Amino acid sequence: MMPEISLNVLDVAQNSIRADATLIIITVTADRKKDTMTIVIKDNGCGMTKEQITHVLDPFFTTRTTRKVGLGIPFFQYAATSTGGNFSIDSFVGEGTMVTASFILSHIDRMPLGDMTSTMHTLITLNNRIDFLYTYTVDDKSFTLDTREIRMILDGIPLNSPDVSNYIREFLSENKQEVDQGVIL
Amino acid sequence: MKSLEELKAIREKMQNQISLRNEGEANIRVVVGMATCGIASGARPVLNALSTAVQEKGLTNVIVTQTGCIGLCQFEPIVEVTEADKEKVTYVKMTAEKALEVVEKHLVRGQIVKEYTIQNYIK
Repeated sequence: MMPEISLNVLDVAQNSIRADATLIIITVTADRKKDTMTIVIKDNGCGMTKEQITHVLDPFFTTRTTRKVGLGIPFFQYAATSTGGNFSIDSFVGEGTMVTASFILSHIDRMPLGDMTSTMHTLITLNNRIDFLYTYTVDDKSFTLDTREIRMILDGIPLNSPDVSNYIREFLSENKQEVDQGVIL
Repeated sequence: MKSLEELKAIREKMQNQISLRNEGEANIRVVVGMATCGIASGARPVLNALSTAVQEKGLTNVIVTQTGCIGLCQFEPIVEVTEADKEKVTYVKMTAEKALEVVEKHLVRGQIVKEYTIQNYIK
């Protein structure tokens, strides 16, 4: 098990990277009235067949030739379903994959969301060629970071250059603070 | 809300610098294993410590990056240091503190921290 949900996101997003995605959309939506938190990781990578989808859900299936199998997806699935939430994978070969995990916020077994700022910062600055669209919503407040917009402004300056990297971290943490008012989810 | 306006200032500043950093100048690669096994054993604080320290010390010849599972899950978090014309050094069971020591001794001064290398764990 991962001690924080943000680590599950960091881990599962690696599958999208390995699937040669050029755009990864990550959405975190918490609704305290409905007592739910939903996390969606959607990519435009190579996608999977129906058969492959059942395999990635099985922690004990491994061929070691496809690196998509292992504990990453089962961990994420367990983190969601153990709170009474849901977990699903939708995928089409050549189109991409969407992983959806929903959690019951107040459930005692729900792991804390953890450091999503670090997760997004790591993904963005270490995968310079991939674009990320990240949306963080708590109740009726929300913010979005779109690396395509950043790239357009930067005009060729890499996202991992020190000033830009610091800026992205500040953008993520300040806007998160405004959205959730510092409440630990 | 923080806007993207400030980025324009960063762009102006960087475009005025004569030499832009690029990955081609880097001759040392520091690779952190960030698969499920690595992350679950604490690779994130190690990676964060490494990239912050490398940036703060202005080590422009070092590039910090990530990789998947290299098949030594019991030794995670693993950090590999690759330098041109030198044998790869594999540090195992890393922590943020150990990582800072590696930055100071290995990346800055060129001395391998032998006690953290994998050779010290498999005898």
